[in-house]
Amino acid sequence: MNGPHDLGGQHGLGAVDPEAESEEPVFHAPWERRAFAVTLATGFLGQWNIDESRYARERQHPVNYLRNSYYENWLSGLETLLVEKGMITAEELENGKADGSAGRFEAPDADGAMKILSRGGPTSMDDNLAPGFAPGDKVRVVNDHPLAHTRAPRYIRGRVGTIDRQHGVHVFADANAKGDGRGEHLYSVRFEAHELWGPSAAGRDAVYVDLWEPHLEQP
Amino acid sequence: MPHDGHDFTEPPPDPALRVKALESLLIEKGLIDPSALDVLIDTYEHKVGPRNGARVVARAWVDDDFRAAIKEDCSAVIKREFGFEGRQGEHIVAVENTPDVHNVVVCTLCSCYPWTVLGLPPVWYKSAPYRSRVVQDPRGVLSEFGTEIPETQEIRVWDSTSEMRYLVIPERPAGTDGWSEEQLANLVTRNSMVGVEPAKAPAEVSQ
Repeated sequence: MNGPHDLGGQHGLGAVDPEAESEEPVFHAPWERRAFAVTLATGFLGQWNIDESRYARERQHPVNYLRNSYYENWLSGLETLLVEKGMITAEELENGKADGSAGRFEAPDADGAMKILSRGGPTSMDDNLAPGFAPGDKVRVVNDHPLAHTRAPRYIRGRVGTIDRQHGVHVFADANAKGDGRGEHLYSVRFEAHELWGPSAAGRDAVYVDLWEPHLEQP
Repeated sequence: MPHDGHDFTEPPPDPALRVKALESLLIEKGLIDPSALDVLIDTYEHKVGPRNGARVVARAWVDDDFRAAIKEDCSAVIKREFGFEGRQGEHIVAVENTPDVHNVVVCTLCSCYPWTVLGLPPVWYKSAPYRSRVVQDPRGVLSEFGTEIPETQEIRVWDSTSEMRYLVIPERPAGTDGWSEEQLANLVTRNSMVGVEPAKAPAEVSQ
């Protein structure tokens, strides 16, 4: 979706204003710790995948997405998923009181959580799918504006780039956000700055974007 | 409660109260175990952070075979050599800065970042200004970090749109011949491994 999260190339959002590295804490308030951990721990129940969780954050009204701090966006996405997946009801969320146990779930304890963290969630797949493109090939990003989740940002749609490298077959994020965990070839595609931003862009700079085969076509 | 979208006249709810209410609801529902929350916070606040990545970079500076190996399959090599593994580090790609090429990493769509080697991302990395601007104006953004890239050096911006995670190997600072890996690791900052600053010069650290 052409949501507020798709920020590449937007203007007017201000200076970066970085906090000095030596002074920046991991969390900036106690509640951020809790928002972070609650989000990870509920994710460990396996009721949604990472693309569904991204899509839940992206579906907020743009005003909220841009006004919220980072972990407020996490909270918003988490509340959406918990209700949509039937793990809590909207009434429970509203009242902050449980109307009975959620039942069928087994929440991991500290050891269980650490095991899940270490295992991670690799997205690479063993698949005999033949790649449609090879390093050096010119490709155009399909000019598509799906209403649902996509990992092809707006600023490269319709633009021509060059396959830099193949990453193999990976779970296709756009489908995975709908619960379809199929694999597609994933590529790193190089776009020259002037192809994306016009002749005023610095001639020798480039942007590399990871894209799946369904995002790409022959130019 | 989150707004659905149309009334922005009310102030947003206090996130501290909101997360507290949600946490106790989820505990009551049996959906989270408080001991898991504590260990997750402790892991990312105290254990997993950019010192991991600094060890990888320092090794890459002194060991050509290691550097070549991490450019092929970084995640497998650093799991074997350092035990760094897991969430948000499953598919790391190491990109090396040279006198001709400067690499910088972003996630324009969210906040993808190589947790196993850098920990959780800083606020600026997740912010709208950085995510919106660095793909179009990397030189301007880097100058806001005090980093000026010469016109002769190509900038490559890596937009982390998949589960591949990018780790910049900064250039080894001059004047460090004969330094040990441990000494070198002290020169490697988080920001240098995202690509917004160079590694520290020897004069910036006390040996």
